[in-house]
Amino acid sequence: MSDYRIHGATGEWEVVIGLEVHAQVVSNAKLFSGAATAFGAEPNSQVSLVDAAMPGMLPVLNGECVRQAVRTGMAINAQINAWSRFDRKNYFYPDLPQGYQISQLYHPIVGEGEIEIELEGGATAKVGVERIHLEQDAGKMLHDQHPSMSYVDLNRSGVALMEIVSKPDMRSPEEAGAYVRKLRSILRYVGSCDGNMEQGSMRADVNVSVRKPGQPFGTRTETKNVNSVRFIMAAIEYEANRQVEVLEDGGTIVQETRLFDPDKGETRSLRSKEEAHDYRYFPDPDLLPVELSDAFLAECRESLPELPDAKRARYQDGLGLSAYAANVLTAEVETARWFEQLLAATGEEHAQRAANWVTSDLFGALNRLGRTIEDSPVSAAQAAELLTLTADGTLSGSLAKQVFEIMLETGQDPGAIVEERGLKQTSDTGAIEAVIAGILAANPGQLEQYRGGKEQLFGFFVGQTMKAMQGKANPAVVNELLKKALG
Amino acid sequence: MSDLTDLTVAAIRDGVRDGAFSAREVATAFNANVEKGRALNAYVVETPDHALAAADAADAARASGDLKPLSGVPLGIKDLFATKGVQTTAGSNMLGGFEPVYESTVSGKLFEAGAGMLGKLNMDEFAMGSSNETSAYGPVISPWRRNDGGNAPLAPGGSSGGSASAVAARLCPGATGTDTGGSIRQPAAFVGISGIKPTYGRCSRWGVVAFASSLDQAGPMARDVRDCAILLEAMSGFDAKDSTSLNMPVPNWEAALSGDIRGKKIGIPKEYRIEGVPAEIDAVWQQGIERMRDAGAEIVEVSLPHTKYALPTYYIIAPAEASSNLARYDGVRYGKRSPGEGGIDGMYRATRHDGFGKEVKRRIMIGTYVLSAGFYDAYFNQAQKVRTLIARDFQKVFEQVDLILTPTAPSAAFALGDKTSDPLAMYLNDVFAVPASLAGLPAMSVPAGLDGQGLPLGLQLIGRAFDEQGVLDAGLALEERSTFTHRAEAWW
Repeated sequence: MSDYRIHGATGEWEVVIGLEVHAQVVSNAKLFSGAATAFGAEPNSQVSLVDAAMPGMLPVLNGECVRQAVRTGMAINAQINAWSRFDRKNYFYPDLPQGYQISQLYHPIVGEGEIEIELEGGATAKVGVERIHLEQDAGKMLHDQHPSMSYVDLNRSGVALMEIVSKPDMRSPEEAGAYVRKLRSILRYVGSCDGNMEQGSMRADVNVSVRKPGQPFGTRTETKNVNSVRFIMAAIEYEANRQVEVLEDGGTIVQETRLFDPDKGETRSLRSKEEAHDYRYFPDPDLLPVELSDAFLAECRESLPELPDAKRARYQDGLGLSAYAANVLTAEVETARWFEQLLAATGEEHAQRAANWVTSDLFGALNRLGRTIEDSPVSAAQAAELLTLTADGTLSGSLAKQVFEIMLETGQDPGAIVEERGLKQTSDTGAIEAVIAGILAANPGQLEQYRGGKEQLFGFFVGQTMKAMQGKANPAVVNELLKKALG
Repeated sequence: MSDLTDLTVAAIRDGVRDGAFSAREVATAFNANVEKGRALNAYVVETPDHALAAADAADAARASGDLKPLSGVPLGIKDLFATKGVQTTAGSNMLGGFEPVYESTVSGKLFEAGAGMLGKLNMDEFAMGSSNETSAYGPVISPWRRNDGGNAPLAPGGSSGGSASAVAARLCPGATGTDTGGSIRQPAAFVGISGIKPTYGRCSRWGVVAFASSLDQAGPMARDVRDCAILLEAMSGFDAKDSTSLNMPVPNWEAALSGDIRGKKIGIPKEYRIEGVPAEIDAVWQQGIERMRDAGAEIVEVSLPHTKYALPTYYIIAPAEASSNLARYDGVRYGKRSPGEGGIDGMYRATRHDGFGKEVKRRIMIGTYVLSAGFYDAYFNQAQKVRTLIARDFQKVFEQVDLILTPTAPSAAFALGDKTSDPLAMYLNDVFAVPASLAGLPAMSVPAGLDGQGLPLGLQLIGRAFDEQGVLDAGLALEERSTFTHRAEAWW
């Protein structure tokens, strides 16, 4: 793995990282109630009697959330536990109406799995996943609504989360970043989490410790609820350096919960283990164990799409794309989906040209316009038509670029643009010869120099001809006829 | 018209159907009794209008020919059941004034079946107690008095003490109860009425304020076995809102009810003969055995070897679940809130200090302790294992016999205040009741006789899972032979 090291006064330190990623399950309803889960709704507008923990209310497991967790487990080749159970994690907090969170401590639905990550320079590494369990999210405290009191919004209360617990397998901020990006990519392929870190549907608790290489694990700290890849990497870097400093100053690391402050780029202590809760976990008596049938498991497996690793391999080995293109085109499920729509229209024999066009022309344009591929102004079908017009010689490279710009602006189909604006490439030798004759007559000086041996001037004549033909002349034909005319 | 309140549920239903009297007359008579019986403190809320409205609907239904199974029958509802728009307190200050916006599945089914509600019945706070003395709204008093001439007010048992007293004193013909570790059967025995706790999962727990989720079961309390069958039929049924609800059809228990138990095997567990139990209890049990034999049943001595661990097991599991179930009463969203000092923790502390009574606090502390890190395996986990062994004891015995006959409680009703200072003595009241609760089995108490002080004693029938019919039939056989016609003289 990584040779990332912190260079301290006493020598080199290795960083050990484990991540607990909380991923909100894509589902119309909460884990144990029928309430809706849309983001950004009015406070307390998506709260059922169960979510508010009214007396006598009971949880009923949402089967779709189970299905999503199982599919996610399958996507990372994890052990799926056909028998799992929910436990109560007891603690008091105003955003936790029941006074306990329903989670899975003793018997999680998904056991050990593995995720392959891609590192700088094409290297890969494997990060173990310890388990995935289902649990309820808590509500949200609002501290800015009243001068002396806090309010609570229970819209998130009871929303289903998958907690994906990695093994302490990562050794650098880069590896942690690559792990989260890859995990996010897989979740989005599977469709079990939208991966939206800004809206909090994916966030990580970051466990960090340091040690001298070859020594046993050091004491770790846990930095809670970090909500972007950049922040996760920054938190690790800060925390690892802080720990090295503490240790080299003769101090000890306290096992504690910390918070990352994105403005200052630092972590600070939230509470120490000594004042940590005793959560008094025990099996939730309101719920039966979850037993998964073979038929259910088979259905989950069949419903899985082609996953990023398999797709990337197929793009490289099957379509002959470069490692770079295969990576870029498969990292995000939307990109892959768009690219495959394009290929379906052009035919796979045009895969390399299509890949080049997408990674350079399309990405360049989207970048310039500040858009994502999901709201690209040009559809995959339109792009396929554009590529076909280039392939069959209707458009030259430069004409194609012109047409693409117009497509981006107007959203029109390329065929219509070519027709309407007469942008078709011409190979009409008669017309081209007439233009060439005019150009030669108008530039006797250059003609004389050329014939006198200054052959670089050939480009000048090509340019003049193309310009006179408004770029529509077939460049190959122009070259050929010019050579003949210039003798 | 006061004799209408002497009628059973079946007789009221049939009388309304046959036009012998109107449902309104019945409701009016019971409403009057409820008012007259206030000295018993059985009701915490009276809802005469609810009873009258249901009665009028029943009379109208009779006119139009679409009577429902319980048309014309007014009932008392234990205050543990959430009733829409009607105060539901679970006997606690914590829920003082709490009016749910929802109706519990069980009370909803009863109303759907045509029943009316006379009021909400007093109970031990959060169903924790065996004498109804832990209620925040004062103890319920049993209509019974000892025949020694003293007027010591007696406990009606608990936690369904209000239900027991109200049925025995004719303040309702039938009531709902709930039973976590004997809370239907022990009070039924104390006041000389019948009560059945069905198989765990028969009655939905949705909308029933939770005490110990893996044990809580609703059931009816009424004057006789037939009434229990009628009411249980209306209360039972699968409910998708309760994940532990049984997804099985509800049998027609009343239609199939028969005291003919010839050829049935009745087990007599030797472990239920315990030291310190009055000889009178043993005598009534012996008499019950004779009556079963007389009914043509075969008596078989059986062994339930883990019985002696049932009470300690129960007092680990029930408080553990309760400590978690009652965490929601934190003053944040509904119910009592005491502001306290020192932010949110201060508010929690003050709210729970003021809102919960002593027994509830005791059980929350026990439950918190047995779930704590370092104690979990020794207590909670061990208790779960013992619970499995207790269930297995029953399974084995039920390979040999059809039913088990035991005393319901180890004593007759005691005087108020007698056991409040000794929680363990109080807990012992449920020694015969908790094994069936831990095993989730149907169990019923039927009146069997009087002790030397003229107080009722009950016998318990425990059946196989889902065999409420067997329990009810044997209960009826016992009832037919006991001819228990005693009733408390009205002093209130």
